[in-house]
Amino acid sequence: MGDILSILPQQLVFGLALGTVYGLIALGYTMVYGVLLMINFAHGEVFMIGAYIGWAVLAFLLNHAVGSLHPVWVLPALLLPAMLMCGLLGMTIERFAYRPLYSRGGSRLAPLISAFGASIFLQNAVMLTQGARMKVYMTNTLFPRDWRFDIFGVNISILVVVMVAVSLALTWGLIMLVQKTTLGRSIRAVSEDREMASVMGVNVGHVIGLTFFLGSALGGAAGVLVGLYYTQIDFVMGYSAGLKAFTAAVLGGIGNIKGAMVGGLLLGVIESAAVTFINPAFKDVIAFAVLILVLMFRPEGIFGEALSDRKKV
Amino acid sequence: MLKLSNLVTYYGQMMALKGVSLDVAHGEIVCLLGGNASGKSTTMKTILGLVRPREGTVEFEGQRIDRLATGEIVKRGISLVPEGRRIFGRMTVWENLAMGSYSRRADPQADIDHDMERVYALFPRLKERLTQFAGTMSGGEQQMLAIGRALMARPRLLLMDEPSMGLSPAFVDQVFDIIQQINKQGTTILVVEQNAAVALSIANRGYVLQNGRIAAADTADALSKADDIRRAYLGEE
Repeated sequence: MGDILSILPQQLVFGLALGTVYGLIALGYTMVYGVLLMINFAHGEVFMIGAYIGWAVLAFLLNHAVGSLHPVWVLPALLLPAMLMCGLLGMTIERFAYRPLYSRGGSRLAPLISAFGASIFLQNAVMLTQGARMKVYMTNTLFPRDWRFDIFGVNISILVVVMVAVSLALTWGLIMLVQKTTLGRSIRAVSEDREMASVMGVNVGHVIGLTFFLGSALGGAAGVLVGLYYTQIDFVMGYSAGLKAFTAAVLGGIGNIKGAMVGGLLLGVIESAAVTFINPAFKDVIAFAVLILVLMFRPEGIFGEALSDRKKV
Repeated sequence: MLKLSNLVTYYGQMMALKGVSLDVAHGEIVCLLGGNASGKSTTMKTILGLVRPREGTVEFEGQRIDRLATGEIVKRGISLVPEGRRIFGRMTVWENLAMGSYSRRADPQADIDHDMERVYALFPRLKERLTQFAGTMSGGEQQMLAIGRALMARPRLLLMDEPSMGLSPAFVDQVFDIIQQINKQGTTILVVEQNAAVALSIANRGYVLQNGRIAAADTADALSKADDIRRAYLGEE
């Protein structure tokens, strides 16, 4: 038992690091759900494509080595293109896979099925163009293995610190955007009452597109961070990460931005605790068991509000 | 100012408006009376472009607006106090008012603070509650907010859908006093009401809608004296 307790802090750090990334992906699910009341099941693939874009940029920089690769400028050079292109990809998915369906009214299941279609399409597109074999992030060239430090007996790599810091900074930025800006208010107005938002003069279609852009950009950033952390990426990585992040969003209360990040952190910590105390093989089982327990007692999630009649399925 | 000509609007297969024509002149208060499902709210929604007419036209200040997007119609100077208030409950009072001015966000001339002051002057209660979440306010306060929010668009024509619904009688009088004040400040008003007595007491003219058709149109005085109107809408024998 003493051994287990001694590795717990270390595991918790891994859990928090992974949790912030789950949270970052979960933001995309929760924002889209907020404005469209649908689960964008292609979001995991947007995350995966973000990882590929980051990988491609890093490979390019390594091949055309412009001096030394210092993370201070290389990390933004990976994140920004991934975020921009994933944001545009998200808008494109919305425009062509969902809007033609939801704008005609009809069942909310139709866009959901279209989302599965988009997800399969994107996976196969990446497999066909990039090959089915995994790609390797040359993380060591950016964050050397010995960039780590000890604090309270826990050994932490700089990469983990950067991962957490970037995730939290992006989340904070999103919260500020949504809470303090006119664009953010219009997103909240659309998610609360779409018809009244349009009566205020909001172009609902634009706002939905921008919401996809923001959520997908964060998903793309998460793809780069996960790529750097695990160093191996492949075209199916979006499936499990997407499922976990979706779980995090539900755990935190779907539609709630803070809830997505808290749900992600919680899920990361629960998983790492499960790995420490029970058995690494059971970590997914434990994570989903906790989800089921939370939903039994608090169906709306931790931060969720009881859904109004209008929003009930 | 506003002219509806032979509007025919469908909800799915159902014909909700069967050739509605009416007009509102600058500076007037016009009321639109009628029972449930007579087409009152559909008329409002058609004016704002929330539903599209299949036939007929809507003209505002001499220009056709029936093919414009709702946002564009709002920009031209029409705003709505919707049925059931429909304020943004998860936003603060201030944020609701800010949403009301959304259509003018790109206008450098827009003096939003000045307009907020104008709303506070009409509804001092709102000023005390700027940081409160709108969903936690009473029905009467929410109605004030819904009116204030619509005024923030600086409308030349204000559409009001059932402003008395769900309010206590004392408060109904207060709201209708304020509607008159807003009108005196230069805003033309088209108000839909089930409470015909109150509506006719402040209106210049009125229309009666029945089954999607205009059944009567006259001055408010004449309407409140007409026998059939009294029986049907004023609850008199």
